[in-house]
Amino acid sequence: MKVRNKKATALAALAVSAALVLSACGGGSDSDGGGSGGGGGGGDASVTFLPKNLGNPYFDTSDKGGKAAVDEFGGTFAEVGPQEASPDAQVPFINTAAQKGVGALVVSANDPKAIGDALNEARDAGTKVVTFDSDTDPEYRDLFINQASAEGIAQVQVKLISEQIGDSGDIAILSAAANATNQNAWIDLMKAEIEANHPNINVVDTVYGDDDDQTSFDKTSALLQKYPNLKGIVSPTTVGIAAAARYVSDSDFKGKVKVTGLGTPNQMRAYVEDGTVDAFALWNPEDLGYLAAFAAKALIDGDITGKEGDTFTAGKLGEYTVGADSTVLLGDPFEFTKDNIGDFDF
Amino acid sequence: MTTTDTPRAQTLRTYAAYAKPLWQRVLVTREFAVIALLLVVFFYSRNQIPAFDGPLTIYYLLLDVAPILLIALPMTLIIITGEIDLSVASVVGLSSVLVGDLHQHGWSIPAAAVAAIAVGIICGALNGFLIAYVGLPSLAVTIGTLALYRGLAVGILGTTAVTDFPEKWTDLAKAHIGSSSYPTIILPIIVLIIVFVLLLHFTPFGRGVFDIGLNDEAAHFSGVDVARTKFLLFVLAGAVSAFAGVYYTLRFGSARGDNATGMELQVIAAVLLGGVSIFGGRGALHGVIAGVLLIGVLGSALRLDDVSANVINIIIGLLLVASVMSTSFLSFVARTTAGMKRRATGGSPERQQASAHHEGNNS
Repeated sequence: MKVRNKKATALAALAVSAALVLSACGGGSDSDGGGSGGGGGGGDASVTFLPKNLGNPYFDTSDKGGKAAVDEFGGTFAEVGPQEASPDAQVPFINTAAQKGVGALVVSANDPKAIGDALNEARDAGTKVVTFDSDTDPEYRDLFINQASAEGIAQVQVKLISEQIGDSGDIAILSAAANATNQNAWIDLMKAEIEANHPNINVVDTVYGDDDDQTSFDKTSALLQKYPNLKGIVSPTTVGIAAAARYVSDSDFKGKVKVTGLGTPNQMRAYVEDGTVDAFALWNPEDLGYLAAFAAKALIDGDITGKEGDTFTAGKLGEYTVGADSTVLLGDPFEFTKDNIGDFDF
Repeated sequence: MTTTDTPRAQTLRTYAAYAKPLWQRVLVTREFAVIALLLVVFFYSRNQIPAFDGPLTIYYLLLDVAPILLIALPMTLIIITGEIDLSVASVVGLSSVLVGDLHQHGWSIPAAAVAAIAVGIICGALNGFLIAYVGLPSLAVTIGTLALYRGLAVGILGTTAVTDFPEKWTDLAKAHIGSSSYPTIILPIIVLIIVFVLLLHFTPFGRGVFDIGLNDEAAHFSGVDVARTKFLLFVLAGAVSAFAGVYYTLRFGSARGDNATGMELQVIAAVLLGGVSIFGGRGALHGVIAGVLLIGVLGSALRLDDVSANVINIIIGLLLVASVMSTSFLSFVARTTAGMKRRATGGSPERQQASAHHEGNNS
């Protein structure tokens, strides 16, 4: 009798757990299966966005742009991605896209190499690969949508600070880590631009906040004490500009020292609204996603192959030309001011 | 029934674990529940999920679960002794970085791999020494070495990655067996599975592993060298994790300090799903292998169905909770029904004793 009971309860438990999993599975396929089935079967204009990770406002914004573009040309949009931006986490999603045979995959790579083989396998299966925001090595993708050129980023920051301080006076640069490749390249270009076109601006110091909020905050404080005549701080990193603006907005220097550089609207909103910051720059991720989706569409349709000189039209953004290394440049960086910051949420 | 009850109760008292017929002892277990679930999910997905029956599915699935499956083997033995090893993913990272760094300094891949596995053995030996001979709790020790080995890995390469591995080796890590959809990595996995199954289920060493999990003092007094057994298990975990790290590096062609971050939790989740008791003393490798594959198949099917990563994690988390709960739920049901029966029949003390013994062994 006891034996029979054990057996019955074990079987019941088996059935219960099976039911649990099946219902979970079934739920998934009821809500999403229909759409994806159509997309996979329809083939051509299905575009899948694969950001570095989900739940990241920057990529939510770029995917919003991508979805708007896909809706505009009547394709199927999907967004998939890992929860954490670890180097290999995107591989299963790329494999999945290859299995389903989606038309194009739009990826922001967590690692320039680790996802490369998976991307090439997807391309062998007929999927076009467009990278945006963060590129892979060129042999793994058909096209890279570059958000901004180093020259463009350097120029817009020099333009902003020179406008804000009246084209003369002492400024300092608050960078990320001392060995940060991007920042160092931009700073060299900025110095060259200032030397060539803004002779009255004097870069007195470059300090490094290591992309750490507290360090950047302390470095700002030290800068302002060391150089009492400082008129502006340029920070070509989102962590630095926010920390500098926070320090200045709470200090006597508010209004006397201008802060600008590269920042995100959500971090900078308070400081733009309270007048600490007049304007700062970044690219517009929504446009970036929009352009990437249209580029994917052009690749799927065979309008372009990704070689230099190919041209395609990207909806409201107009005509684009593929540059060297199969790269498309989004355009000049976007300037965020009090007037337009309300339109952005990232 | 009542006429056969008395003699059976007597056998129960002495050999409770062997009271049921063989087929029931094999089939009505947590392990077979997981295997059944795996088959159900697999065949359901084959029929219902678009593209799941494609030739690439099995291939990618096995490539993805390979490192988890490898590490789950020694982890099963460690958890059966009632210990845990949280540092395995950091050993994967360290081994990956070593392969990359040594390759950069002109070592051949096999030489770098052997060196990385040797370091993995040293890492495991440090864990094992502190836990088995110094007597520190494994949770505390391996949380420490989780940070230590990961720190070493990131320290060696910094934020850079080594990616220029010879294609001969990266291709081998992803090669198919003949023209089948099975990757070659399953060959070493099968060998290791056979080794670990023999070790755990068919040797005195393996009996000792279970005994330690049930009561390590009793195991000690019945002649099991508790310290040596635990030490060897952690060394095995280090070696297998380092091997997984070599595979991981070649599969992704990228050696980075943050490779495989968080993988220890995936491994432990799969082991627990496979029916191994976190309190030790109970578990079997066929359940664990099914648990790893179940998580892999579920993830693959749900991704193909465009279910987002968060939802997949929620489903796998719920499955794990349900599976752990089912053990307690089962023994609760068994206790209640046994109690009801005793009251109904007036129950003999003999039978009560027998059933208590029985449950103690099974739940």
